[in-house]
Amino acid sequence: MRREAPKSLADYAPLVFPGLMLIVFFVVPFSTMIAVSFFQRDPAGFYTVAFTLDNYGRFISLFFGRVLGFSLMLSVLVAICCVAIAFPFTYLLTKQSRKVQTVWLVVLLSVLSLSEVIIGFAWSTLFSRTAGITNLFVWLGLMNEPVALLPSFGAVLTGMVYQALPYTVLVLYPALVRLDPTLLEAARTLGSSPVRAFFNVVVPALRNTVVATVIMVFVFALGSYLLPQILGRPQHWTLSVLITDQAIYQSNMPFAAAMAVFLVLISLALVGLTLFAGRKENAL
Amino acid sequence: MRQTFLRRLYFFAVGLFLALPLIVVAGVSVNEKQDLTFPPVGFSMSWYQQIFADPEWRRALIASILLALSAAAIAVAVALPLAWFLWRRIAPWANVFQLLGVAPFILPPVITALGMLTFWATSGLYGQPWTAAISHGIFFVTLPLVTLSLGFASIDRSLVEAAATMGADDRTVLRTVVFPLILPYLVSGYAFAFVLSLNEYIVAYMTVGFTIETLPIKIFNALRYGYTPTMAAVSIFFVAVAALVFGLIARFGDIRKLLGAMASEG
Repeated sequence: MRREAPKSLADYAPLVFPGLMLIVFFVVPFSTMIAVSFFQRDPAGFYTVAFTLDNYGRFISLFFGRVLGFSLMLSVLVAICCVAIAFPFTYLLTKQSRKVQTVWLVVLLSVLSLSEVIIGFAWSTLFSRTAGITNLFVWLGLMNEPVALLPSFGAVLTGMVYQALPYTVLVLYPALVRLDPTLLEAARTLGSSPVRAFFNVVVPALRNTVVATVIMVFVFALGSYLLPQILGRPQHWTLSVLITDQAIYQSNMPFAAAMAVFLVLISLALVGLTLFAGRKENAL
Repeated sequence: MRQTFLRRLYFFAVGLFLALPLIVVAGVSVNEKQDLTFPPVGFSMSWYQQIFADPEWRRALIASILLALSAAAIAVAVALPLAWFLWRRIAPWANVFQLLGVAPFILPPVITALGMLTFWATSGLYGQPWTAAISHGIFFVTLPLVTLSLGFASIDRSLVEAAATMGADDRTVLRTVVFPLILPYLVSGYAFAFVLSLNEYIVAYMTVGFTIETLPIKIFNALRYGYTPTMAAVSIFFVAVAALVFGLIARFGDIRKLLGAMASEG
């Protein structure tokens, strides 16, 4: 069947249900959220209709600035750690047999699909005093007595890298699978070692992919809403945690909505940047 | 030689990092007493029985499964006609809907969650069980949409043309040629959405968190009030379900191909 332009109104019929669903249950909720961000807080209910910029005005505070700065810093760190670990890993993975690749992909997908609740719980157990990794160190004679490694910044970072690592590998996988093997063969023929060929040929050839992946993982890490709460102290809370907290526990939906709109803008700008980076690579 | 060793070591290190928390959780889940200790003291599978025997955990399990089954069905029902239309017709503006289908997945989940919360609160339907199914269905539309687009793209158009030349109308072609070809992609899209919905916390919490407890919500609530080994057992149960589903997809389909295109489409 050749692709053809829709001729009659009936040809649009398949679009009705998905279009309606996406508009009613995504576009409308999204717009509602934007509208609510200009409303006033109602401590007894959800909100009262009004027009105010106060919710956005609250951004100009030391507290908010600190949370924002911390969120961005943490996400950048997570993204860099993930790509640094995942890039060589994914590269080596694509050189393995189909069977080995399949097994790893199943493992990565299983970890990726894990609930943030479960990841948080698992790491809080691993970092706990009674059941944690320090017991192993004590047994090995590296430490005198088991200690709790959380709440701490290190625990938050580790948990978030754990959460984002499978995602990073799966984002990098298609680009690395399709990497032209003759590039590497040429480098090898010219006498470069596999490690040097990797750093001198593979990494530069995929520079834009690396940049795009860092940004994708950055946005992914910005979305982490529970790990900073479970594994960190209040000063380790991120924008996502703050939004959840304001919406649910402080029942300040308008302020939560304003922060969410802000988060959307950051995310969209960054996703736009990755599309730009991707386009440049395709043009080359 | 040395390089093979280093490569193996690297794979081992990444594997260990991914497995370590799960090993410890699996360990504490078989403790005999209700203690958070590792290595486990004694051995007992009773905490796994708790998931099905304890009325509260069982209720959460049933709620989660019902939610995931219906949410995945909604996601597929939205994605299938959309992917079919985009493959069949030349209508560039319709790509807007594809973008809308992918957006909830790319943006931080808190945003979709809060959008749903404000929407259901404003419409007065807040807390109804089915609102969570619709919210999850929209949130995870991306997965069947990507797998189905991939499925349609892999159909050899001459096959379909042959059927049309032989006199089959659109509906017949769809039923006898197109549908069997995309069925594996439909099933994997459903399975992806099912597993992710089963594990999803924030959207479920913001839509029905005060009326229904799904398993992730139940685990989080339990986590705040103290530790029970049942949480560990449920976590391992979830890992097993995910591994089983993705293992089956890998066994009967080509997961490499599925993922090779998946991220580039997103």
